[in-house]
Amino acid sequence: MPPFQTVIDQHQDEVYRLALSAVGPVDADDCFQETLLAALRAYPTLRDASNLRGWLLTIAHRKAMDHHRARGRAPVPVGDVRDLDGGVAPPPTIEDAEIWAAVRDLPPKQSLAVAHRFVNDLAYRDIGRLMGCTEAAARRSVHEGLTRLKKEYVK
Amino acid sequence: MTSIESRLRRRDDVAAAAERAARGFRTRASEEGLVDIAYGWVDSPLGKLMAAATDDGLVRLGFETERVETTLEELARKVSPRILQDDVRLEKIKRQLGEYFEGRRKAFDMPIDRQLIHGFHRLVLDATEKIPYGDVSTYQQVAERAGNPRASRAAGNALGSNPIPIVIPCHRVVRTGHGLGGYGGGLDKKQLLLDLEGVTL
Repeated sequence: MPPFQTVIDQHQDEVYRLALSAVGPVDADDCFQETLLAALRAYPTLRDASNLRGWLLTIAHRKAMDHHRARGRAPVPVGDVRDLDGGVAPPPTIEDAEIWAAVRDLPPKQSLAVAHRFVNDLAYRDIGRLMGCTEAAARRSVHEGLTRLKKEYVK
Repeated sequence: MTSIESRLRRRDDVAAAAERAARGFRTRASEEGLVDIAYGWVDSPLGKLMAAATDDGLVRLGFETERVETTLEELARKVSPRILQDDVRLEKIKRQLGEYFEGRRKAFDMPIDRQLIHGFHRLVLDATEKIPYGDVSTYQQVAERAGNPRASRAAGNALGSNPIPIVIPCHRVVRTGHGLGGYGGGLDKKQLLLDLEGVTL
């Protein structure tokens, strides 16, 4: 196995972009860090170094799903609805923060599919494999997500 | 008007955010005890040095003439692939090396991990560690102290493969008759270290 630092150097941007688009600017750091921590924990037992990028993105995908699931279950504080609805201040380092927040607010399947496709340039076949669906279903999720983004976001 | 697709594809502003998040990851990984080897860079009159440490101490010090990728790959193979750059964990080592190069430190006081040194090499390098600052021994003498007076050539090999030069002072071993002998990092470096310590052969 290559030194873990080398793996991060090569793929940290991709993992971060996926986290950013899947869970939004506020939680991206945490999702990114959870992904790398899980990867580092499992790293010594990994036997095949031929697709480390795919391995990392799979973990990131799972962490993002966990995050969406937790968010779905989290109780909504009374009188705080507007704040949950886009009143969250993005970290100042991300210039185009609203777009990431908008992608995050798509239904989880669409949000992840759009992230995989446009943020990390994955092929539909690979997106399907990551999401456990067919290539056609992956294509559909991306299309639906994008249509919704354009309709609701681009004025 | 920029399309949604092209805005999603923008890369530039994300790299800085990723780097900041990666720093946080290193801290968390370290706190969780997931980092088997931390490495970092030390500026020195001999050029940049790469220092790598396990929980047991300094395990490797490399000159920039060696390819750092090769050194790290070797550590990944022989020790553990859980390697992260983490200058914070190397602070003590960096400080002491700095003091040494400024001539303010004559002995190192830091834990050393000798797991890359085996067999006779271990005996030779243990004997080498006992040579005081500003002093030199010959290959012959070091072989003798390692328990085999006829193994001065093997002693030379052990010194040549010293994974922790400077701290284990293999530069203090010279040829009988006061020739400089050899040095893994290049003879100019050996000369510079001896000059620093005020040795004239």
